[in-house]
Amino acid sequence: MTDELRASFRTGRRPVRFGESFRELGLLVFIVVVCGVVQLRNPNFLTLSNLRDLFANTAILSILAVGMMMVLLTRGIDLSIGATIALSGMVSALTVQAIPTIPPVVSVLEGMIVGLAVGAAIGMLVAKFDVLPIIATLGFMNVIRGLTYLISNGAWVSSYQMSAGFQRIASGSLFGVSNLIVIAVVIYIVFGYFINHTRTGRQIYAVGSNPEAADIAGLSRRRVVWLVYAAMGTLAGLAGVLWVSKFASAQGDTAVGYELDVIAATVLGGVSISGGSGRVSGLILGSVLFGVLDNALPLVNVSPFWQEAIQGTVILAAVVINVLVKRNGQRYALRKRVI
Amino acid sequence: MAGRSIRTERPWSLRAFFLQWEWLLALIFVAINVVNSTLSPYYFSVDTFLQTPKNFLDIAFLVLPMTLVIIMGNIDISVGSTVALSAVVMAVSFSAGLPMPLAMALCLLVSTGCGFVNGILMTKFKELSSVIITLATMIIYRGIAYVILEDQASGDFPKWFSAFGWGSIGQVPLILIVFALCAILFGLLLHGTSFGRQVYGIGSNPVASRYSGIKIDSVVMIVEMLTGLMAGFTAIFLTSRMDSTRPNVAQGYELEAIAMVVLGGVSTSGGKGRMAGPLLAVFIIGFLNYGLGLVNIPSQVLLIIIGLLLILSVLVMNVRFQSRHQRSALSPSRSVSGGDRPIEKKGTRRR
Repeated sequence: MTDELRASFRTGRRPVRFGESFRELGLLVFIVVVCGVVQLRNPNFLTLSNLRDLFANTAILSILAVGMMMVLLTRGIDLSIGATIALSGMVSALTVQAIPTIPPVVSVLEGMIVGLAVGAAIGMLVAKFDVLPIIATLGFMNVIRGLTYLISNGAWVSSYQMSAGFQRIASGSLFGVSNLIVIAVVIYIVFGYFINHTRTGRQIYAVGSNPEAADIAGLSRRRVVWLVYAAMGTLAGLAGVLWVSKFASAQGDTAVGYELDVIAATVLGGVSISGGSGRVSGLILGSVLFGVLDNALPLVNVSPFWQEAIQGTVILAAVVINVLVKRNGQRYALRKRVI
Repeated sequence: MAGRSIRTERPWSLRAFFLQWEWLLALIFVAINVVNSTLSPYYFSVDTFLQTPKNFLDIAFLVLPMTLVIIMGNIDISVGSTVALSAVVMAVSFSAGLPMPLAMALCLLVSTGCGFVNGILMTKFKELSSVIITLATMIIYRGIAYVILEDQASGDFPKWFSAFGWGSIGQVPLILIVFALCAILFGLLLHGTSFGRQVYGIGSNPVASRYSGIKIDSVVMIVEMLTGLMAGFTAIFLTSRMDSTRPNVAQGYELEAIAMVVLGGVSTSGGKGRMAGPLLAVFIIGFLNYGLGLVNIPSQVLLIIIGLLLILSVLVMNVRFQSRHQRSALSPSRSVSGGDRPIEKKGTRRR
């Protein structure tokens, strides 16, 4: 253990701990088992087209999960993202309705800017004025949801009011891979690099695992916290455009309660809500498990009404097992005196 | 900490008395009513004040225990789902032939059971924050409600059942009487008993509370079960008012209740706040909504107003807190969980 630790100092990387890798391995095994069982019951599951659907449907969730992971890493939480999705989706849909010739890229950018504005405002409250994240984002959730209804006058923007180009943002594909998947992969590469290999990215962990120590070490804690919420907002803005483009309708109540799904998937992926621990690889597994449950249960004729109960049970089981494994590991370490 | 003595009570002064959060809330409440009565000449009557609460009091039952939960430094977001599950169980068991009073008892039993499960999970797995536990049970409870009733509605209750939502004794609506009783009981529990002091103790310092002999686990259990019980009350009154129930009722109630509690001056970092604040907040929001209805402002504006009020109130409280205590730059940031984690986070232990 000590050798390992010394090696980790030399390379600047910490050793992967047993608990963490066990957790991700467990998640992977669970996903494989679920897939195996479903495949036996319904051979249509592991087909290329179904898998393509599965990943396309998981893409938006997994994009949001990256942002939520960064927020949770700093001991925060963001309840406003469902509302931000609705607002950015509505703004971009209304623009497309007014100016059908607007290029899709501009729509995407527009949504991201709306999200960034929201995220930056929340970040201000949390980082500068020390408002507790759960309260700041709860307040903003209400404000933004109300704004969405106001700017749309409670009306919907439906598919016939959107240009074909706008709808192709989500439904189109690049080299046979759905745009949604391409965007999600790009986001994961960019943020995976940012979180694991840049100084600011590592500071997120530092701030989350010990804010006081981060302050004393001279990290600008407030800047990191602000950045995290701004990034979350931007990703939610992006997700809003993708959402509206995918479902071809923008409504005032788009994505109500979706923030809790995202938090659940993130926690399932091993991110601790008390900050400082969680990895991008776990995040992918968590989102995929969420997607597999969504996609597979109807295929094996599980009534859709069972879906929520099963999802909830899986989440509870995952976090509880994680705690038990950690306790066990700690007891083992104490017995061996390897601390 | 030099020079700061430990005081259990601040010396009474007129200024401090009027600087209390509740006065500000009372002022807002009066202002809303003044505006409302200029909007409609028929507004200002005893009848308005007695009848309007019928429309918003069902959620207020959740605010009472939520105040305890938040003072204790926890949070419970499963209450909306508990309402849905117990309401669905009540409706289904009634249509399966159970007499209505028994169905109502079953409703309360189920909701208290939901609280019990939350409590067990919170006390057995202290490493997990209450947000995560209740997030999971929130999905599970609502999921079970869907399994039971799928996407149907259930109703056809006996006639007398609607009295809970609509009936009144003399001039006073029944729901107002029941709510007032519950509010008084909760106020006494929080401010007049040693149990209430223990709740404050756990909220402001769980470790010190444990060392001074407070049985944290049983306090958490009791508060969670009270939360469940009150969710059962909400279920009964809500079902009675709407005369039917569906698995998707009470969606988002948890966040509304939390918003009201925080608006009422209870700090989510635990240990601070009083019962009167959230009660005032309930009536502020309720009458504000009524006033907006008078002038045909869409109810979505209310969302914006609640959100802004929430943020503003926390900002004002932070500023007051900072000026009073001259906080150092290193403000300890606490997580929302109970904080009592015997097995600490990994990473801090390796030397």
